[in-house]
Amino acid sequence: MLAYIIRRLFYAIPILIGVNLLTFTLFFVVNSPDDMAVSQLGEKYVTPEAIEKWKVKNGYDKPLFVNDEASGIDAITDTIFFNKSLRLFAFDFGRSESGRDITTDVSNRMWPSLAVALPTFAVGIGVNICVALMVVMFHGTKLDRWAVFVFVSLMSISYLFYIIGGQYLIAKTWKLVPVSGFHPDGQVWRFLILPVMVGVVAGIGSGARWYRTLFLEEANQDYVRTARAKGASEISILFNHILPNALIPILTGVVVLVPALFMGSLLIESFFGIPGLGSYMLDAIKSQDFAIVRSMVFIGSILYIVGLILTDISYTWADPRVRLS
Amino acid sequence: MKPVLLWSDALIFMLVVALILFFYKLRQDPQTRERWGEVFSSRLGMVAFTVILTYVGVALLDSMHFRKALENPEGLQTDEIFYDNKVTSALDVMLQGMGDRFERTYSAPFALISFEKKNMKDDEGNSIRDYPELEHAGTHLSDASQQLADVMAKTLVAVMWGLLFSLLAIFPQWLLLRSSPNPWYASWGVQAVVICFFTWLICISHHYHVLGTDRGGADVAYQSLKGIRTGVLLGTLSTLIMLPIAVTLGVSAGYFKGWIDDLVQYLYTTLSSIPSILLIAASVLLFQVYIDLNPDFFSIGMEKADARFIALCFILGVTSWSTLCRLIRAETLKISQLGYVQAAHAFGVSHTRILTRHILPNVVHIILITFVLDFSALVLAEAVLSYIGVGIDPSMGSWGNMINGARSELSREPAIWWTLTGAFFFMFILVLAANLFSDLVRDAFDPRTASRRSES
Repeated sequence: MLAYIIRRLFYAIPILIGVNLLTFTLFFVVNSPDDMAVSQLGEKYVTPEAIEKWKVKNGYDKPLFVNDEASGIDAITDTIFFNKSLRLFAFDFGRSESGRDITTDVSNRMWPSLAVALPTFAVGIGVNICVALMVVMFHGTKLDRWAVFVFVSLMSISYLFYIIGGQYLIAKTWKLVPVSGFHPDGQVWRFLILPVMVGVVAGIGSGARWYRTLFLEEANQDYVRTARAKGASEISILFNHILPNALIPILTGVVVLVPALFMGSLLIESFFGIPGLGSYMLDAIKSQDFAIVRSMVFIGSILYIVGLILTDISYTWADPRVRLS
Repeated sequence: MKPVLLWSDALIFMLVVALILFFYKLRQDPQTRERWGEVFSSRLGMVAFTVILTYVGVALLDSMHFRKALENPEGLQTDEIFYDNKVTSALDVMLQGMGDRFERTYSAPFALISFEKKNMKDDEGNSIRDYPELEHAGTHLSDASQQLADVMAKTLVAVMWGLLFSLLAIFPQWLLLRSSPNPWYASWGVQAVVICFFTWLICISHHYHVLGTDRGGADVAYQSLKGIRTGVLLGTLSTLIMLPIAVTLGVSAGYFKGWIDDLVQYLYTTLSSIPSILLIAASVLLFQVYIDLNPDFFSIGMEKADARFIALCFILGVTSWSTLCRLIRAETLKISQLGYVQAAHAFGVSHTRILTRHILPNVVHIILITFVLDFSALVLAEAVLSYIGVGIDPSMGSWGNMINGARSELSREPAIWWTLTGAFFFMFILVLAANLFSDLVRDAFDPRTASRRSES
């Protein structure tokens, strides 16, 4: 088991190098430091001196891969690729284009993100499973077909409308909670309840529909027929036979998402003014701060790979037939 | 009049031709025909398909662009013809100038007065501050109290005309298809509703703004209609850029195995490990920088917006092939173990022939299901990307831009709800139809669900 995890971690290295090369190509080869300087400085203030000054200040005045002027190890380390890309492997994110320390920002903003994403995730799974179970109970009836239609309709509504509608109805019209904002102490829940609710409701359509399919797949298995033949009630079949078995695909399907919860949700956070990583990314995109985008891409891919490894581990844990080797 | 062929126009027409050929070819296979028959034997399938076709039709009409010739100014006599810088489409002509009736700023649906007060002079020359009357709404009315009766009367006339047009459109279809077992009446019902709706909209928009106007005073109903082209094109173009990449890589990974398989797996794991929204945003921003630094490439503003649009489609396509590729690779791995492929190998059939004759036809159902499913996802993604600021160029109408422009206006008192309603309504119907249709296609084509159905 341990050996397997260690091997998987080694497999992650080429993937991370690939991610790094890709972002590096996007950011420095397609879009040269000069272009970046121009768009950061603004059209009006572009002079060759200003560009040079900006590049020196932000460390973009070096060659891309190999520095011919430096000697020894410096020929490799004194380059943009080493400073801006390879340093990410040591979790040294450096400073953003506006001069802030990215590592501090990320560790501060992680917690508000989690405070929204974790409840949304947990409550969402619970609600979706309950709704799906209720629908499966009525499988084959008109109610079931209408429920699927409602799920598809819910899926067809843009996420933006859930947020805008939720803010309008609950915060503005009924004035139950503040429209947006975040305050770390005391009454955090007042700020969290609406984003979590919107996130859960927006996920019901696709989530409940997916769980319904999983439950129905289990309902067609032989052991269900056996249970029915020996006279088990439908309720008992649903809760004692179908549910535990369907939990395996559900578990392995959602585990891959758990690490990514740290990244937060771009839309929810920016609409509700939550100072998490999602709004951090959005601000970086809007102000074209590529140093932050680069770091977030790296963090995001690490979390994804961790998710994949956790998925494999959860397979063995949930289903004893699977052995990792 | 001078026709303008934007890149996206050319692509969409090529695409429609390709799709027609593709479906014509699929029809020749009896098994596929039977499955399509299954999709169209349900009323829901008919309705969803007709709705999608309507949207595609509007998108095609809106893709026939031209520039109007300007009339020579007074006193100037030249043989040279000058063309308007604004690009007009066949849809604009059909809507009879609906997009040219601008107001000053916001106004509510069917309103006669503006939403915001303005300093004016009354009849005696005194300065007053009041809601000004709209320039293009209800100008034929002498009194605001007549409005309701007027709207009713115009609606009645328009619906009569609409029913007449529908009869003309549906009667030949009825003659052709009355003995068909499929529920064509469902499709005819939708057609009649669509025709009546458009007749009504065109008639009544001469006198009122059906969905009000936005901040810049533009008609919201017109903007929502213009959003159709953007949504449909984005959905189809991105998927069609993604398909060849996913199919080629997936099939060759599954068929050749070895180092090709390793490479393809490495590529899609790497790509899917990057948060997609960041990758898309970064690529779009880089392209934007490129356009800004090379402004001389594009002669008119529309071409610039169009270039950004195509770049967006391209980026969405290139970044989203990994899921489909994984599915196709798995399916190809399974198929290449089967007896008939082994037999073909033993007979010395070439790789190309095995791939095209034995492997590709058996993964078509995956491609088809993904195509319809991705379409709706992309239409929804467009709105989110426009909100983030990496979507469609603001000068090009799109539902995402409409939502983005109006999202904070709900907090005004009274709330400005009509822009959001317009975007919501048109977007929801398209996505719902595509989702329902993709469900039916999957039920008919996916061997897993098909076998489950035959058991029960």
